[in-house]
Amino acid sequence: MKELITAPWPWYVAGPLITLVMVLMLLFGKSFGISSTLKTVCSIGGAGKWSDFFRFDWKSASWNLFFAAGAIIGGYIASTFMAPEQAIALNPATVASLQAYGIDNAGAEFLPRDIFNLGNLLTTQGLIFMVLGGFMVGFGTRYADGCTSGHAISGLSNLQWPSLVAVIGFFIGGLIVTHLILPGLL
Amino acid sequence: MSRLRFLLAGVFFGIVLTKAEVISWYRIYEMFRFESFHMYGVIGSAVILGIIAVQVIKRFNIRDISGNPIVIQEKAKRFWPPLIGGTIFGLGWALTGACPGPIYILIGNGFMAFGVVFLAAVLGTFVYGLVMNKLPQR
Repeated sequence: MKELITAPWPWYVAGPLITLVMVLMLLFGKSFGISSTLKTVCSIGGAGKWSDFFRFDWKSASWNLFFAAGAIIGGYIASTFMAPEQAIALNPATVASLQAYGIDNAGAEFLPRDIFNLGNLLTTQGLIFMVLGGFMVGFGTRYADGCTSGHAISGLSNLQWPSLVAVIGFFIGGLIVTHLILPGLL
Repeated sequence: MSRLRFLLAGVFFGIVLTKAEVISWYRIYEMFRFESFHMYGVIGSAVILGIIAVQVIKRFNIRDISGNPIVIQEKAKRFWPPLIGGTIFGLGWALTGACPGPIYILIGNGFMAFGVVFLAAVLGTFVYGLVMNKLPQR
């Protein structure tokens, strides 16, 4: 029984549960989309002084921040009380490719801590992975008007063309970084 | 109190994405190398069930908990913004290994470096707001 909670959940459990979250949001009278929280944070911070884009009634969008706060709490609960003992079951080819770049023990944690730690922030590598990467997530999702939740899950579920274009874009960018840029960066 | 339900939905979402390893940089790297079905299974099954759920909602005119008809906001029919913006996001997704949801969830998992990723993402959103009128918007 304990194993059910601590073992990693397979895709056929996680996928339907993500659909459930999307349906819950619709039943709550909202739509499922997380990148808009970043826009709300800008508005609260006074970005409306600089651009009309941020001049909206952010109090009406604050429900989204409650969802984001919940996600942080959920991450804490899962890591504290439901953490698995085994490593992530990555494809051995994936692990081998990372080892060739000098990243050992791929999958022992959620991410390569040598790259993603605050002590690495002011190195070229740290700036590219954390600051430039985060910047492009924020800039790109707002320009595309959605992220994985808003476009890939909600948008494709509603059979919207712009969402299919966006998902194709997600993959163009992801494939460029993974195959052309990471080999020189890692 | 009405906002508590969003908090709880977020808690559930955070647990699911952590338990399914969707927040793992390695899983995203593996996905973009087409070396595992895992992420495609997660997103694909969510979308297929989502399509069915949306059809059911529309067919049976299901209402939300306030009794209002459920209206799914259509994204504006544009081409360049989702393509260019989506590509820029994809670059960032593969670098950080995290889309916006997992950025929050990773902070909850104790990876404080993602506090920086979050601030950088807020900055990126802010800069978009400054330059949006100079970008193709059709």
